[in-house]
Amino acid sequence: MSTVTDTKKAPAGERVADWADGRLGIYSLAKANMRKIFPDHWSFMLGEICLYSFLIIILTGVYLTMFFHPSMNEVEYVGPYVPLQGQLMSEAFNSTMHISFEVRGGLLIRQIHHWAALIFLAGMFVHMMRVFFTGAFRKPREINWLFGFLLFFLGMFTGFTGYSLPDDLLSGTGVRFMQGAILSVPVVGTYLSMFLFGGEFPGGDFVARFYSAHVLLLPGIMLGLVVAHLILVFFHKHTQFAGPGRTNNNVVGMPLLPVYMAKAGGFFFLVFGVIAVISAIASINPIWALGPYRPDQVSTGAQPDWYMGFAEGLIRVMPGWEINLWGHTLVLGVMIPLAIFPAVLGAIAVYPFIESWITGDKREHHIAQRPRNAPTRTAFGVAWITAYFIMLVGGGNDLWATHFHLSINAITWFVRIFFFVGPVLAFIATKRICLGLQRRDKDKVLHGRESGIIKRLPHGEFVEVHEPLSQGELHRLTAHEQYDAAELPPAVDENGVERKIGRMEKLRVKLNKGYYGDDSQVAKPTVEEYKEIQSGHGHH
Amino acid sequence: MSSQEIPEETLPAGQDTAHGAVKVADDPFADPGLPPHKPRIQDIDERAARRSERAVAFMFVLSMLATVGFIASYVIFPVDKIVYIWPFGRVSALNFALGWTLGLALFFIGAGAVHWARTLMSDVEVADERHPIEASPETKAKVMSDFAAGAAESGMGRRKLIRNTMFGALSLVPLSGLVLLRDMGPLPEKKLRTTMWAKGLQLINMNTHEPLRPEDVAVGSLTFAMPEGLSEHDHHFQVEIAKAALMIVRIQPEDIKDKRELEWSHEGIVAFSKICTHVGCPISLYEQQTHHVLCPCHQSTFDLSDGARVIFGPAGHALPQLRIGVNDKGFLEALGDFDEPVGPAFWERG
Amino acid sequence: MKKLSARRRHPLAAVVVLLLALAATGGLYAAFAPAGTAKADETAQSLAIEEGKKLYSVGCASCHGTGGQGTTDGPSLVGVGSASVDFQVGTGRMPAQQPGAQVPKKKVIYSQAEIDQLAAYVASLGSGPITPTEGQYDTAGANIGRGGELFRNNCAQCHNFTGEGGALTYGKYAPSLEGVSPKHLYEAMQTGPQNMPSFPDTTMPEKEKKDIIAYVQAVNSDKADNPGGLKLGGLGPVSEGLFAWIFGLGALIAVAIWVAAHTAKAKKS
Repeated sequence: MSTVTDTKKAPAGERVADWADGRLGIYSLAKANMRKIFPDHWSFMLGEICLYSFLIIILTGVYLTMFFHPSMNEVEYVGPYVPLQGQLMSEAFNSTMHISFEVRGGLLIRQIHHWAALIFLAGMFVHMMRVFFTGAFRKPREINWLFGFLLFFLGMFTGFTGYSLPDDLLSGTGVRFMQGAILSVPVVGTYLSMFLFGGEFPGGDFVARFYSAHVLLLPGIMLGLVVAHLILVFFHKHTQFAGPGRTNNNVVGMPLLPVYMAKAGGFFFLVFGVIAVISAIASINPIWALGPYRPDQVSTGAQPDWYMGFAEGLIRVMPGWEINLWGHTLVLGVMIPLAIFPAVLGAIAVYPFIESWITGDKREHHIAQRPRNAPTRTAFGVAWITAYFIMLVGGGNDLWATHFHLSINAITWFVRIFFFVGPVLAFIATKRICLGLQRRDKDKVLHGRESGIIKRLPHGEFVEVHEPLSQGELHRLTAHEQYDAAELPPAVDENGVERKIGRMEKLRVKLNKGYYGDDSQVAKPTVEEYKEIQSGHGHH
Repeated sequence: MSSQEIPEETLPAGQDTAHGAVKVADDPFADPGLPPHKPRIQDIDERAARRSERAVAFMFVLSMLATVGFIASYVIFPVDKIVYIWPFGRVSALNFALGWTLGLALFFIGAGAVHWARTLMSDVEVADERHPIEASPETKAKVMSDFAAGAAESGMGRRKLIRNTMFGALSLVPLSGLVLLRDMGPLPEKKLRTTMWAKGLQLINMNTHEPLRPEDVAVGSLTFAMPEGLSEHDHHFQVEIAKAALMIVRIQPEDIKDKRELEWSHEGIVAFSKICTHVGCPISLYEQQTHHVLCPCHQSTFDLSDGARVIFGPAGHALPQLRIGVNDKGFLEALGDFDEPVGPAFWERG
Repeated sequence: MKKLSARRRHPLAAVVVLLLALAATGGLYAAFAPAGTAKADETAQSLAIEEGKKLYSVGCASCHGTGGQGTTDGPSLVGVGSASVDFQVGTGRMPAQQPGAQVPKKKVIYSQAEIDQLAAYVASLGSGPITPTEGQYDTAGANIGRGGELFRNNCAQCHNFTGEGGALTYGKYAPSLEGVSPKHLYEAMQTGPQNMPSFPDTTMPEKEKKDIIAYVQAVNSDKADNPGGLKLGGLGPVSEGLFAWIFGLGALIAVAIWVAAHTAKAKKS
């Protein structure tokens, strides 16, 4: 009871905190996190772009639900937009017209919602590539990599169900494609289609069904994944690039309170502000220009939003293979792209597990690698991106044709071939570039930085003066680890007994050589080499 | 850290397995440690710091003004006011004003906060230690023994009857949920095999809603038709037109290469399903000189002068043709339904 | 939107078009009618055919044959009608410069008077669609909403939702309808130039054509509204995606670089 007088003196804020601590234990939580350190690097903020655009989407989405009617009942348009007056449309389309033309600020919120969605997905893609190319997916972060991948994957479908809601002619064409794709599924395709659409396409149900998936089911799962993703980021602490004082067992940066509170908090407003300005100046999905959906109408240039463009490309360039046997049809022309789509995405998702199997490295890694120092992985990543973007080109083949005066058939053939050839070329080129950069780093370490100053020596020779690097810089360029390539153990062990080596192990060693063999990395400079050169037998 | 698990051969050469940099006395590549902190101008010059303070405050004030502007725009601009603004075109004044004011109000809060953090808050870099994620062997041992104790007390391993029936119950109970999905929609039955077209139904021009006469359809023209008795106001219009939509062109009979196509035409007037056999887009990009029809969605191309067979793209089979003739009033009529399912292929199509 | 339709229906708009048409017709007469005669149309017509034939033999006969019967380089013009000539020559497509997948729109090299003479000559080779009169394509009183529905049913599959154009097979394309005059829109539907199918009056009557023209004018002209801002070419998700990547994500990454960069250090004193 002697503390009574003390508590009375405490300021109000502290008393509130005390109250909360007694119930929530916030002091222990704050002790661990309030001064948590975050490293500074612009590429570490890509994830924040995604987080904030996700929040913006939720905020604006809630607003849109106040006005949107997820119903496919037919009504006649009597609103202010003249070119649609008198047209029959679903209530979904009608209410989206209402939001766009009669709710003050409704158009702005719609545009923010849609622009933020495109940026959310683009941000996730770039964030994922940052994590990939710096090896930040390695132990202990593999599960968080999967969470992130799932967010990207679910984001695509949340986007698809979202842009289909207005029931306009463009998105309706996309829904029709989805229905056709479902029909191609062997054995159960027609059943799935009937159940999803409540009967024959288009029926009167899909907007309401997509709506509950779009506003509840999918974002609910995503929100859970986002929270888990963030908890793991806090738990693992952020990776950092190598540099003086930055090691695998520390993290160097600035504290959450106050610097990152201000920077990250401020960044939310910056992201929101930029997206709001974009929504002020550029229109997106102008459904009034597209018109209401009718299954017998279509427009050229029928494309999905960009993140579905990869799937669109696959479906466009696939030859029309169809097998009819014993009264049944196997629609390979649709099924194969439908299978390649998750397979290509899945390849990048499982990559961390494959790499850790190849290296056999079970240690924790907290230093983000420079892409050049992992040439094979970097080359694989660039090959993957190449395949992805070639299919994006395929998804827009008609627009490339009209805007570059090319034949749509020629582009399709180009994509068909380069989907296979392009990644191989990209792989080879990237690996060579990485090795070249490694060599350049080595030269820089051993000979110093090229100063651009040309000096004439007494005997007439011209040389460029090289400035030695600081120790910090030397450390930064040599801090990366280099694995030795794995070797198969001798066929017979020391007792002369034949050793059994599994096929998987043989494959692993082979792949490992591809990663760390002599052709796949440039041995980093050693202290001896450095000392020999610096001890001055040369004038460089 | 369990270094014994790592295959020897893959470890980085000459590196301590546990942690990063190796400190050797005369190693020129050794980690020199965090560089000393260098002050910013704001750290040593109070006037500069005050300038930064004013800049931050100025940004926050700008944000406030922008919010006032937002509210003012909301009140001032009518929702249907269109203004011309270069280079954006004829845009909604309200959308433009609201977007900019909201954007600036938010942006300046962020810019102010970041400028504050960058110039006035401490920029001394500090290092936090990391700790292994893995639990210590003692913790692991405790957890394992706790689990073993719990498992033993439950009798799960011993009383197999309980375990097996529990798994049985748990695996059956989701079936109720699955069964409840049954009424999401009807069974497919023959629904995808038939359309509204039937013998004697006249071809109604979708532009005029009048029945078509053969002499209306010129060579090189393109017309769309729906079955007599269907109206845009019908409740089931969308479902019916999704299957019944018809594309009508007239080709000089001598140019028609497919024998059955010519037979099913009326003096070169041919009626094909408008629904692509790939995934169901309405396909009608008809080139009157080549008689090619292109799908705008995935570029399947069909040759209407040759039984609408696929000549390019991902479609797997030709467009179904509707057999037509002329009734005694001189109007075009269907001589039956399509003889195969229209639209995308499916498992039971055969 | 209301303003737009109001302007198009402005009484002066029709007057301006009418005056232009009168001036063109008048100019034609002044140039070609023999002085001091008030002969009947027939004379003028036969004169126009005569002049048109001269123009034809210089500019067209090498591909279409001396009598319009067609050659391997160009189709027969018998029965294509004056509307075809007015469209092809009036939009600069004819005379064609080089063979290719499709003859593009170019600078018009004939005057309207010369085009009319050419049209008169070609029309004399065999009956076909006649150049529409102003009353046929005047959109006053047209139903824009209905025009939109007709456009989406008959035109959008090749020309895009709002007539921005689109790709066809093997390098052919449906051109953009932006800035195409109502007369040429009408003639295109009537005659079906190049690979475009025709939409004759028997299946698409004059009133429907007017509705379509009114719709195109409402959504794809300098008077069209884009309430949301830049229309990004009106091409849909591809251009939107490019914009989101380049300007959206680009701007945000630029901001992120500023946020994360180290503040400038004080100079060494």
